[in-house]
Amino acid sequence: MTDLSVAKTVTRQGLDVEAVRRDFPILTQCINNKPLVYLDNGASAQKPIAVLDAMDRYYREMHSNVHRGAHTLGDRATAAFEGARETVRGFLNAASTREIIWTRGTTEAINLVANGLAGKLQPDDEILVSRMEHHANIVPWQMLAERTGAKVVPVQVTHEGELDLDSFDQLLNDKTRILALTHVSNVLGTVNPIKSLVAKAKARGVFTVVDGAQAVPHFQPDVQAIDCDFYTFSAHKLFGPTGIGVLYGREALLEAMPPYQGGGEMIERVSFEKTTWNTLPYKFEAGTPAIAEAVGLGAAIDYLGTLDRVAMEAAEQALLARANALVATVPGMEVIGTARHKVPVMSFKIAGLHPSDIGTLLDQQGIAIRTGHHCAMPLMEFFGVPGTARASFAFYNTLDEVEQLFTALQKIQRLFA
Amino acid sequence: MTSATETFLDNPLGTSVTIDGVMDDFEFLDDWEDRYAYIIDLGKQLPAFPDEARVENNYVHGCQSQVWLIHYFDEASGKLYLLIDSDAMIVRGLAAIILVALNGRTPRELLTTDIDELFETLDLFRHISPTRGNGLRAMVGKIRDIAATQVPSEPPSRV
Repeated sequence: MTDLSVAKTVTRQGLDVEAVRRDFPILTQCINNKPLVYLDNGASAQKPIAVLDAMDRYYREMHSNVHRGAHTLGDRATAAFEGARETVRGFLNAASTREIIWTRGTTEAINLVANGLAGKLQPDDEILVSRMEHHANIVPWQMLAERTGAKVVPVQVTHEGELDLDSFDQLLNDKTRILALTHVSNVLGTVNPIKSLVAKAKARGVFTVVDGAQAVPHFQPDVQAIDCDFYTFSAHKLFGPTGIGVLYGREALLEAMPPYQGGGEMIERVSFEKTTWNTLPYKFEAGTPAIAEAVGLGAAIDYLGTLDRVAMEAAEQALLARANALVATVPGMEVIGTARHKVPVMSFKIAGLHPSDIGTLLDQQGIAIRTGHHCAMPLMEFFGVPGTARASFAFYNTLDEVEQLFTALQKIQRLFA
Repeated sequence: MTSATETFLDNPLGTSVTIDGVMDDFEFLDDWEDRYAYIIDLGKQLPAFPDEARVENNYVHGCQSQVWLIHYFDEASGKLYLLIDSDAMIVRGLAAIILVALNGRTPRELLTTDIDELFETLDLFRHISPTRGNGLRAMVGKIRDIAATQVPSEPPSRV
């Protein structure tokens, strides 16, 4: 092996956050004359140069349609596209690239599964979700329930923002056919004990669907270890491009499921007498796919592979710990979601202030957060709030930025006092 | 005259407090903190909103916060009087500025007001543009719809 190829796979030891920040050009700008502090990573994360370059290079040097095979560019595009699929397979530790389906994002992936499982449901069957789900993991199941006469049943959450495991055990029963759970709550940051919950469901022959959208930016899931039937995520939250996401599905189940959309690419043979489907994964990928975006996602995962994952997770936990320690410095501030096992996400309210007031005035100070119901209205209802302000951190955020957030919140609190 | 009607007619916003006056005040405020403190203070001048009016029919959709808007048409003067309420302080301030600009006008005046010009004026306040779910456009839209119902013979001009 040459030195060069070794150098390419060397992991950066520890986490030099200043060096990492230089990989994300968007971070070095001013908003409202203040240096940008980007704490809205839960909504969408920023992109490293490696991703921008990969997509640029794809369009400059290899763009063509994939899987057509008549010319060199087509071969290059296909190799890059299928190379990205292999990268995703490795990231999730799936058994085969036949189990990796490209979708537009988590939302489409869940809709695809809901559609595919329709034939397995009968009236009064139950679809178990939780009260902390994003609407994308509630509404597709409600639509499926509407079609089939099944019922959507929510597992309750505790006031700390953890999944109520007693409620889970009570609600998982002989009628349950599908368990659709988020790995990490987008509002609370709670990491659910997904492996044990999946195991309980599987013991009863329940199909298991895991929404991994908020998990993958913070840690690497292993779908074989989790042993779920389906796992979904979106590239744009994983430092990759918008417009593409992934559905992992157990091969035997994907084989048995009907196609989602009809069109080009997903067929083996079309005739007016009988049309037959392509093999996996193409059966679920009608139409020309988001090729450059797939390449970009592959580059994002490769980029993350150059970082010291352990140091990254430790740095993120340090950000959360600093934020937790500073809560008391803002009079009237209350954190919503105090689970024991959390990714660095902090939802909060401040007495007397509407979340939109907080968001507007943080923006004035160059700080980007999310405010509102976070597409989780049933959870807002549970906590009795119209919405929350949410700071969601990524590994490129600094302890100094956490402190800037709290200095800004103190200023806002004084403005209203 | 009922007390509810008096609440409409006694509203200083748009009557004694004028848009020019507010603009003049704003020019003396240099940084965002002073400007927003001023907007928040304006919001505190909104007259009390009747609890029983917080119903779906008066709800203004398209805002991140909850916003309600009611009106009273004064036959004698031919003017339309408005009350707005919100649970967000900055939105209350923006509502106050809208009232300063549009309260106590005739429906015809409201319908012929150049809304984009109004927003451009408001944009001079810096960062108060009709974006980001602050409800400026939704509030103004509802006011124009109300004005249109008072002059049924002429459809509202679309802006």
